[in-house]
Amino acid sequence: MVSLSRRAFVVGGTSVAGGLCLGLRLPALAAVQDESAFVPNAFVRVAADGAVTLTLHKSEMGQGAHSGLAAILADELDVDLAAVRLAMADEDPAYYLHMGTMGTGGSTSVRYSWDALAQAGATARAMLIAAAARTWKVERAACRTAMGKVLGPAGQGLGYGELATLAASLPVPENPPRRPPADYRYIGKPTPRVDNLAKVTGRAQFGIDVSLPGLLTAVVLRAPQFGGALDGFDASAAEKLPGVRAIVAIDSGVGVIADGYWQARRAAQRVTPRWRPAALALDDAGIARALDAALEQPGSPARRDGDVDAALAAAGKTLDATYRLPFLAHACMEPMNATAHVHDGRCDIWAPTQGQTRARDAAAALLGIPRERVAVHTTYLGGGFGRRFEVDFVLDAVALSRAAKAPVKVIWSREDDLAHDFYRPAAVHRLRAAFADSTPTAWQHRIASPSIQSRIAPGTVKEGVDRTVVEGVRELPYAIPNVALDCALVDVGVPVGYWRSVGSSGNAFVVESFVDELAHAAGEDPLAFRRRLLEGQPRHRGVLDLAATRAGWGEPLPEGRARGLAVHMSYGSYVAQVVEVEVANGTPRVRRVVCAIDCGRHVNPDQVVAQMEGGIVYGLTAALHGEVPMADGAARVGNFDSYPLLRLDAMPQVEVYIVPSDAAPGGTGEPGVPPLAPALANALFALTGQRLRSLPLRLG
Amino acid sequence: MITLRVNGKAVEVDADPDKPLLWVLREDLGLTGSKFGCGVGQCLACLVHLDGQPAAACLTPLAAVGEREVTTIEGLPADGSHPVQRAWMELNVVQCGYCQSGQVMAATALLARTPQPDEAAIDTALRGNLCRCGTYQRIRQAVARAASLAREA
Repeated sequence: MVSLSRRAFVVGGTSVAGGLCLGLRLPALAAVQDESAFVPNAFVRVAADGAVTLTLHKSEMGQGAHSGLAAILADELDVDLAAVRLAMADEDPAYYLHMGTMGTGGSTSVRYSWDALAQAGATARAMLIAAAARTWKVERAACRTAMGKVLGPAGQGLGYGELATLAASLPVPENPPRRPPADYRYIGKPTPRVDNLAKVTGRAQFGIDVSLPGLLTAVVLRAPQFGGALDGFDASAAEKLPGVRAIVAIDSGVGVIADGYWQARRAAQRVTPRWRPAALALDDAGIARALDAALEQPGSPARRDGDVDAALAAAGKTLDATYRLPFLAHACMEPMNATAHVHDGRCDIWAPTQGQTRARDAAAALLGIPRERVAVHTTYLGGGFGRRFEVDFVLDAVALSRAAKAPVKVIWSREDDLAHDFYRPAAVHRLRAAFADSTPTAWQHRIASPSIQSRIAPGTVKEGVDRTVVEGVRELPYAIPNVALDCALVDVGVPVGYWRSVGSSGNAFVVESFVDELAHAAGEDPLAFRRRLLEGQPRHRGVLDLAATRAGWGEPLPEGRARGLAVHMSYGSYVAQVVEVEVANGTPRVRRVVCAIDCGRHVNPDQVVAQMEGGIVYGLTAALHGEVPMADGAARVGNFDSYPLLRLDAMPQVEVYIVPSDAAPGGTGEPGVPPLAPALANALFALTGQRLRSLPLRLG
Repeated sequence: MITLRVNGKAVEVDADPDKPLLWVLREDLGLTGSKFGCGVGQCLACLVHLDGQPAAACLTPLAAVGEREVTTIEGLPADGSHPVQRAWMELNVVQCGYCQSGQVMAATALLARTPQPDEAAIDTALRGNLCRCGTYQRIRQAVARAASLAREA
């Protein structure tokens, strides 16, 4: 079995060995430690033997971040991606860049790191060229690079490794030249993912695969109710079972620590915990009442254009609607897990985490030690979707390792994972629009929702507005002169968190469904109506037109099939989708989804497509099946039987088209999700005449 | 001690006969390619072959394996040269990759008994394998591609 180095590990395969190999991470300081290697920054290392290591600072959770970041570094450094080693960075301020934290989310990995990584690669290349020029006593401008070598004017050639020692002694240039994009080998082309081989051979190391000498495995019995607390437990029937090492109380419940998962799980079934009930036994009806009641109170203004009240009062025709969104679980395929080793006043953590800085700080706080004595090593993530930005599973492992005085891996069951999530918030939206003739003159929009930011980043909640609650509504792109958006933040006692595309995940459903209602109320084709109101929004129109054309909008369909469309901007990217739906046995059956995206400049068009495909499936699962009911203060959800995910036989045909663009790069991990639900709801309206204003979509 | 045949080798395992094969593979044999996703056979991230037949390792007690040959993802070529692996890489199927060992093993079992499956056969054979990243379209394409790569071989 492959064991992990304490400092870090290499996640990609080298082409030579074709497998997962291990190595040390090389922060900037490594230059001091290893004088023979050339380490001009925290991302590039060239060893004297020619081995090139590119360090990646974003978690790979399927979104292709490693492939994208590696491509940027490789193109500017001018190396063969298949011949370099890729290492995942440990938590280190060197990797915060301008985000101020090491973490992966908000569809930012490529777009916010592109310049910094290009600079890192270009710096290294310029210094290698300078070293060669000095060696050959020629002008730097007379030298060029070719896949890991510097070539001189008289046919000289030196490998990067041969130049490493000299390059390491040269000054770091401030503005190294970038390579012309025409010379790029990877950027802009559909290149293979760097993790393909590791993931089709089973060698990719996820958090759950971490192995260490003396490693124990633990499960945690958790309070069924949110806010429930442990009163005590009886472990007498469990502690003598084979393989059981310790049964301890930790903050999240009763930890059962054993030699392996199955032994721990079996023992846990024989532990009797006593829970103090939660103060608030919430349920769906009570939550809906609390949200509805909040809408009766004045909200916090998030956007004001013109005078909505006057426009509504003057209107000949108004349209009212109330939309409802459910709680949603992330359901990463890899259940939450983490490994920690608390020893000698320090702590090592191996985790499939999106939030390295948060995990390190939280572990340090729990242990009462400085963060410098905590190391966070990131494995591959078996899905993230925002769930792994949380630190609860990491703290389980830290607390259990401290109690066991041994390295401990905690593994959540699927039932733990679904019932103890930080859910996409349930919300209620109340809308009213006014018309003058067939043109909307006012859009009044009130949202009542639990607030994610109030817990995670309270400083960002300004004057009662949580930006995630109004995300995608505040940016309403349609030319409507009077807009009023208010929100009410309601704590209903259910933990809420970032869920792929966050506020836009549900808000796009509301906005794009209601726009469809307005189009039908105006007696106008939904595409033509949107185009008319998006006169000043060329990128919205660009994706709408591309998707509509490719989908054959307006052309006849077979009997029993209809189309719907939606467009939404999120995370800097514009996405339109056209859904074709049928109804079979009273349930929607999506046959085809045509998607157009304008994400500006992008590294790998094939991975843009892959993220749209994946986002569409994520959105379709939510639209058809997604809800986590609450009853008696707990999430009423078990395994995948009660939280079904889309399966292969329900997969529609998906086509993705990319708008050519030189605009600043946008995100791609999340923007594929938001338009799916409204496009489907709008298609169902076109097919059945039923306007479905609640998710998941259920025909009457 | 229980003797198992795994990926062509006989191995001795000192584990409780009730212990699920999945955890025997992962913990006792260090074969971590087979994944834990649900524990109840609903996601098939743990799918392995027993005498070539797809099986949920999380639901198979060690004692129930008997004489059957266990094949895991580690039993496929380490260089990725199996037609299914080649097709998977050619089409960049994987995203997070966590379910993909099970997907690949489901595909290899299908192609071993149905060398030229149509789309309905692919959907039927792999509908038990959940993928949260949503790689389904490429899975469908890759199974078909693997079938043609295998024919060319």
